[in-house]
Amino acid sequence: MLMTGSPSLYEKRKGVYPKAVDGFYRRLKWAVMVVTLAIYWGTPWLRWDRGPYAPDQAVLVDLANRRFYMFSIEIWPHEFYYVAGLLIMAGVGLFLVTSAVGRAWCGYACPQTVWTDLYQHVERFIDGDRNAQVRLANAPWSLPKIVRRLAKWAVWLVIAFLTGGAWIFYFADASTLQQQFWTGTAAPVAYGAVAVLTATTFILGGFMREQVCIYMCPWPRIQTAMLDEKSLVVTYKHWRGEKRGSLKKAQAAPDIYGDCIDCNQCVAVCPTGVDIREGPQIGCITCALCVDACDAVMAQIGKPRGLIDYCTEDDALAEQKGGAPRAVLNTLLRLRTLAYFALWIGVGAAMLFALGVRTRLDISVQQDRNPIFVRLSDGTIRNAYTIKLRNMEARPRRMQVSVTGLANAKMWTDAGSREQASSALTTMVAADSVEKLRVFLLLPSAGPVREDFAFTVRATDREGGGDSEPARFERP
Amino acid sequence: MADDKRIDAATGTEIKHHEWDGIQELDTPLPRWWLWTFYATILFAIGYMVAYPAWPMIDRATGGLLGWSSRGALDKELAAREQQMAPIRQAIADTSVTVLPHRPQLMQAAIEGGRAAFRVHCVQCHGSGAAGSKGYPNLNDDDWLWGGDLAAIEKTIADGVRNPDHQATRQSLMPAFGKDQLLTAAQVDDVVAHVRAISGQDRANAASRRGAKLFADNCAVCHGPKGAGDRTVGAPNLADAIWLYGGDTDSIHDTVWNSRHGVMPRWDDKLDKVTVRMLAAYVHSLGGGETRPETLTKPGG
Ligand code: SF4
Ligand code: SF4
Repeated sequence: MLMTGSPSLYEKRKGVYPKAVDGFYRRLKWAVMVVTLAIYWGTPWLRWDRGPYAPDQAVLVDLANRRFYMFSIEIWPHEFYYVAGLLIMAGVGLFLVTSAVGRAWCGYACPQTVWTDLYQHVERFIDGDRNAQVRLANAPWSLPKIVRRLAKWAVWLVIAFLTGGAWIFYFADASTLQQQFWTGTAAPVAYGAVAVLTATTFILGGFMREQVCIYMCPWPRIQTAMLDEKSLVVTYKHWRGEKRGSLKKAQAAPDIYGDCIDCNQCVAVCPTGVDIREGPQIGCITCALCVDACDAVMAQIGKPRGLIDYCTEDDALAEQKGGAPRAVLNTLLRLRTLAYFALWIGVGAAMLFALGVRTRLDISVQQDRNPIFVRLSDGTIRNAYTIKLRNMEARPRRMQVSVTGLANAKMWTDAGSREQASSALTTMVAADSVEKLRVFLLLPSAGPVREDFAFTVRATDREGGGDSEPARFERP
Repeated sequence: MADDKRIDAATGTEIKHHEWDGIQELDTPLPRWWLWTFYATILFAIGYMVAYPAWPMIDRATGGLLGWSSRGALDKELAAREQQMAPIRQAIADTSVTVLPHRPQLMQAAIEGGRAAFRVHCVQCHGSGAAGSKGYPNLNDDDWLWGGDLAAIEKTIADGVRNPDHQATRQSLMPAFGKDQLLTAAQVDDVVAHVRAISGQDRANAASRRGAKLFADNCAVCHGPKGAGDRTVGAPNLADAIWLYGGDTDSIHDTVWNSRHGVMPRWDDKLDKVTVRMLAAYVHSLGGGETRPETLTKPGG
């Protein structure tokens, strides 16, 4: 079924065997990897004491009870705008980072990058560095090759399993779920999630790698629009490097040849197989490993570092015309980045403010519409309401429900009867839960006035915390 | 074709032949894994068609090897729900309706079950909110012809009103005072005036004073001397603000002249005991239900 002969419509993947490299950016990547992986694997195990009625996991997405806990913050479903706010901050944050330092997210913090990097270290550990990897890939299948492959895949699978396994701990108490997981008593969806994430990590991190960035990820396409001539990108300074020639040729004729000795180290270390000397391109995730590689070469041949470097397009043009290289930090502060930063801070501050002033009780009142009122035998009018009291505090509260703006109104719940009617009701609302009350409201002196009344239902507890909600009293 | 093939120098890829405003397209090959993914989806589709109902035939779709059907899935779910409900239904059946309120969870279950049954069997007459209409009692209010405690409501639902074939049925017999010439036209007018007066809608006048005497002789047997009604015979309270057939002069006149004999089916014949009990619990919960059996009439306020 496969089309053979050339040109094929479908391209076989070209293997990328990035060479190990050391340098400033490589170390930066190590640091980012350690931090991000530690956050990912460690967060579910952080505890946070919320009292006896709430889970003590610091970060928890409690889907069953529809709560989201993040340290001292607890979000209810109707407060989902906080999550929306976080997403906006994440989006603006990406804009900010991109306009300032280009695709730094891609090169350092993107999970695809981090896990691919991790997998490549495993690969290097088992198969050896670039040359050994190429040799092994081209070698026919033999016992040593099979053993090496199986070993590599096994380690990859373990990492993939740990990755998928950690994910579910964000959705339930980690230590409990871990026990349930091993004893086979966890929810089927937990096993499903682990299986899917293990498989995707194994495939995307182990086999697809740069193909994810180049073909599957939408972000580089959007990013192209985010970048401008003042954004930092990894740039090969061709005006300094060209014309390329081997070290020997360059030494023989220094006037003709530039600094690039065509050693191909920059290509060899690139995790996405890019030759940066061909200019900016979609495959480049600006991880700057080529910068480290070239800097090492420059150091060896006694030339200044920075033949490949982070550089904005503006600076590149200036430098080309003979200007001196600018310090990277100077390019970070400009109107656009400051504007994004202000927006980012603004959204964050607004959310913090909203978190600070939000009430932990929410009352909602809904009048029965069917029938809209009931005339009783003594001629009075009785309306029914459904009152929902949402106690968002982690302790049970005794709430008093009363109405204001409706003189002499009497009320009772459907658990009581008219004989027990009084001007206020008390009810217990359990910790972190919603209490639904069906309340009958009676206006004793229902005279002949044909008018609807607006009034307010309020709920308060002994500590004075509470909320109120407007409602209407309908009359015939 | 091979001759006019043009290769892009920078990438070594073939250039396609179309051109838009000087922009040309490279015939860049798709990655292999993409192709394999595509084949995998085809395989999945075939597997799916074999395993699940897929191809429409003349009267049904192909069955699928797994034997799955949406109808079957629903049946299974219904059976499971029924099984889940069985102990609760049994408990409701074993609990007398007067004891039910002392077991709040059971009562709540009964109310919910009753709400569902009401939507199926009762809304045609009493309305979806049970507010009734002319001739069909409002079940939300506190006025009850036959009593508003749980036991009385259950009996009304179980036996119906004026069910012709059953002894136990609720039966009230108001004569057609005008039509059957028990009273003259003028006398009926006077009685109507009196009823308007005792219900506080009109002031007492000469006609109503004449009607008071007629009322005492003809109506008080069932409706009581003050018109407060009698639940043992289903005689409505005429002194309150609630009128099943309307409290205006014309409606009351019509009622006295022709009499009214509303009918409610006997639900014991159509529903099981548990459902009837659940309906009683639901109707009782609507807001007008009474707490204790009231056999004696009490005057409307
Ligand atoms: S590493 Fe530097 S010197 Fe070597 S080929 Fe790349 S740009 Fe040229
Ligand atoms: S070209 Fe350089 S910066 Fe870009 S992805 Fe390759 S190594 Fe990283």
